[in-house]
Amino acid sequence: MKILVCVTSVPDTITKITLTDNNTKLNKAGVQFITGPYDDYALSRAVDLKEQLGGTVTVLNVGGADAEPVIRKCLAVGADDAIRVNAEPTDAYFVAEQIAAIAKENNYDLILMGRESIDYNGGQVHGIVGELLGLPSISPVMKLNIEGTTAQITREIEGGHEDLEASLPLVLGCQEPIAEWKIPNMRGIMSARTKPLKVVEPTGNDTLTQVSSYELPPARGACKMIPAEEAETLIKLLRTEAKVI
Amino acid sequence: MSVLIFAELDEGALKKSSLEAIYYGSKVAEQTGTSATAIVLGEASTDELTKAGRFGAAKVLHASDAKLNDGNAMAYASVVAAAVSQEGADVIVLAKSSLGDAVAARLAGKLKAGLAANVIELPDLSSGFRVKRSIFTGKAFAFTELTAGTKILTIKKNTITPEETEATAPVEAFTAGLNDVDFAVKVTHTEKATGDILLPEADVVVSGGRGLKGPENWGIVEDLAKALHAATACSKPVSDLDWRPHHEHVGQTGIKISPNLYIACGISGAIQHLAGVNSSKVIVVINKDPEAPFFKSADYGIVGDLFDVLPRLTKAVQAL
Repeated sequence: MKILVCVTSVPDTITKITLTDNNTKLNKAGVQFITGPYDDYALSRAVDLKEQLGGTVTVLNVGGADAEPVIRKCLAVGADDAIRVNAEPTDAYFVAEQIAAIAKENNYDLILMGRESIDYNGGQVHGIVGELLGLPSISPVMKLNIEGTTAQITREIEGGHEDLEASLPLVLGCQEPIAEWKIPNMRGIMSARTKPLKVVEPTGNDTLTQVSSYELPPARGACKMIPAEEAETLIKLLRTEAKVI
Repeated sequence: MSVLIFAELDEGALKKSSLEAIYYGSKVAEQTGTSATAIVLGEASTDELTKAGRFGAAKVLHASDAKLNDGNAMAYASVVAAAVSQEGADVIVLAKSSLGDAVAARLAGKLKAGLAANVIELPDLSSGFRVKRSIFTGKAFAFTELTAGTKILTIKKNTITPEETEATAPVEAFTAGLNDVDFAVKVTHTEKATGDILLPEADVVVSGGRGLKGPENWGIVEDLAKALHAATACSKPVSDLDWRPHHEHVGQTGIKISPNLYIACGISGAIQHLAGVNSSKVIVVINKDPEAPFFKSADYGIVGDLFDVLPRLTKAVQAL
């Protein structure tokens, strides 16, 4: 089983977003970067499958050198080697193009990633990768089991879930509860330092989209408190003042 | 040059988010002096198809093959790509949804299109094609230029208010050759709540957290939701504890929603929870702890006991 896990390096979920350079850049100062939480689920499931079925897990990141701590952490969790495509991940198509280029050179049985990156929330890289490789793409995957060359998958749908069956190779966008997040142990952290991390240059240079500037949402007004003993007033206010019911 | 809108069905009816997408697409067509065509896949009644006209589509394409009934994103993308080519469409609009995301992505791969997700306003065409979209689950916005020849937009739910008119649109049958490869994934079992209001589509959402103390107490949340014609949701701890199913979990790692009204009951308001709900137009927080951080992000708050307050709110709604 050869598994590729694509990971993003993203601001921690508790980050307060601020802007810089006349609102043309997200302010990275003081921001803690982490492995995308959904990508972490994908990686954890990949490591479980490797332990169960044998094989290798390769981690792929499209990003600058500042993403390397996140990549090393993925190696510490149990990936065997890593590839970093040395480029800013400008949009979903560009990132997908890089993943597809790496995948074409290596015959992976599974290409896993998070259902979406928690910065841009597009949720589209897996679909584009699938299309570029001519493979099925499925997301968001909550359960994944492999028997031979067949995958049994449970995917969340609006208002429920569905069970799917498909032949490998596949491209999957993952989410909880596909696996328990793994916390690297000391041995993992030590061995991660010497695991191979290959840096390659990007392919393709088409600009399809470009972010010109950013904006922060306006702050909400003060919260209007209603005493519990007059709770019914809330319903009146929602109808006459907020006009939402 | 024209605009094509992919419109989704749920239980045979056009989804609210798709009506918003149709309206959005028709406005882009107006801006660019072209026309908007909607495409609907799977079996649908004539009433539903003509509804697309009332929300702004000048024409409706209908691919009625029963094989397209179960929302297979790969097959859908192939059919929509054929329609893009027939219509000469250069702007494709979809609702940001589980299916919309997948269709948009496969299409972007096929057409090498510029793709912008979570768009919340009509484009600015004064110099190029610029859209405003929500990023960081609503914690920021990005202005994005689409420079590619073909542009794909997914529209964030409940950010566009459509207007319904009396307009009618002709419905044309659309057939595209279906490819076996697109049917390689077999659906073996589907479990879906029927008759309920889909959480991502709901105008009003009543949500419960650990303050409910246990799954057996959910009746008071469901009663209020029922009275308000609302969907129910829950916080991450509640879904982790298996008190409620995962598809009800709203937050950074769950469903992101943007209803008109979000009522949070017994949820303290961790930043990860806020990320999933902060695009709601009005937020009500009910919590017995006056220090709950959620009150800082709310429009209305009640400090009180859920088991007393919720049934009284339900009665007050029923009395309206």
